[in-house]
Amino acid sequence: MSMKSWQNQRGFLFLKEERCKGCGFCIDLCPKKVLRQSEVMNAKGYHPPELYDVEGCIMCDICTEICPDFAIYRYRSKERGKNA
Amino acid sequence: MVPQEHPLEQLLRSDRMPHIWCPGCGLGTDLGCYLRALSGMDLDKVAFVSGIGCSGRAAGYVAVDSFHVTHGRGIPFAIGLKVANPELTVTVWGGDGDIFAIGGNHFIHAARRNIELNVICINNAIYGMTGGQVAPSTPLRAKTTTTPYGNYEHPFNFSYMAAASGATYVARWTTAHTKELTKSMREALEWKGFSFIEVISMCPTTFGRRNGFADGLEMLKDMKARSEVKNFPDLEDTDIGEKIVVGKFVEKEKRSYLEEVKQWR
Ligand SMILES: Cc1ncc(C[n+]2csc(CCOP(=O)(O)OP(=O)(O)O)c2C)c(N)n1
Ligand code: SF4
Ligand code: SF4
Ligand code: SF4
Repeated sequence: MSMKSWQNQRGFLFLKEERCKGCGFCIDLCPKKVLRQSEVMNAKGYHPPELYDVEGCIMCDICTEICPDFAIYRYRSKERGKNA
Repeated sequence: MVPQEHPLEQLLRSDRMPHIWCPGCGLGTDLGCYLRALSGMDLDKVAFVSGIGCSGRAAGYVAVDSFHVTHGRGIPFAIGLKVANPELTVTVWGGDGDIFAIGGNHFIHAARRNIELNVICINNAIYGMTGGQVAPSTPLRAKTTTTPYGNYEHPFNFSYMAAASGATYVARWTTAHTKELTKSMREALEWKGFSFIEVISMCPTTFGRRNGFADGLEMLKDMKARSEVKNFPDLEDTDIGEKIVVGKFVEKEKRSYLEEVKQWR
């Protein structure tokens, strides 16, 4: 399974491209609008998102929580006291 | 080292992924909230029961002891589990058709008894799995395959019905309210009595496209915009219309079924 990841000083964003069904929830709900639909097409024919502004990602939990397909998720480098 | 797997991977049957649910279906997000609510609980003591329908498929994806039973019979099956093994925390997960049409009578009597079950109804206002027939929660005038000119039946208000039947914990959220829903699910899992959560969710494939929605995202944004948070509202005012009242509706003390039974043994 193809796994994408992006890293900044706040943490990592992972994407299991083959699980994505292209619903666009993550792209629309991202508070920083740093995701967009990629040109990649997965085996099921969907276009997964990509993090085009890596530094702009605040590693919140919004895409992780809304993704119906358990495809996109973030880990923080060090847990901070509060969710940003 | 950073973990590579999804934070909920341990709670999912990974070999079954990707799940069968359509693009933009709310069920995956709803299940994610439930799995988050389960985190930290003793998983050997949790049982998950679901009936038939798209919602019912959840039993095949949760990595706890799970049972996929016949249509509408999740509640009676779960009552058997709970009475035989009171140590278990038992969740019943199902669609609006499963729990309130074919299974409606089981629901009201389980609520009346205040038996220690956690019932979660994914209300997508339609029979999704069978192709989009009218459900007891389909809004008035909505188009379905069996109401092509618009629905002329008044829908149930499930949360009100749960409260009126005797449920001691009732909450309603939408798929858009992931944090609130997760918190309510955890409270419901730990509740000593009959707890009910109604999740207003979206079926873009059989409901949305016949009712003017382009996709699941549009439905998700619509339900978020129409939601109004009110805790402990007057239940008369919680019928789903232009507004969707969400929040914690009921939380009250009452002796549970098993406490009553114990008294006689
Ligand atoms: C005894 C019986 N009657 C009818 C059916 C056909 N059937 C399968 S799923 C379903 C309803 C599904 O609707 P809902 O419970 O709302 O779940 P959804 O698919 O929308 O998640 C029906 C009527 C069945 N499987 N078994
Ligand atoms: S973690 Fe937050 S900021 Fe980063 S892509 Fe996801 S939603 Fe956007
Ligand atoms: S929310 Fe999940 S399934 Fe939907 S586009 Fe984003 S990664 Fe893909
Ligand atoms: S038919 Fe509807 S409820 Fe069933 S998986 Fe598709 S979108 Fe979800």
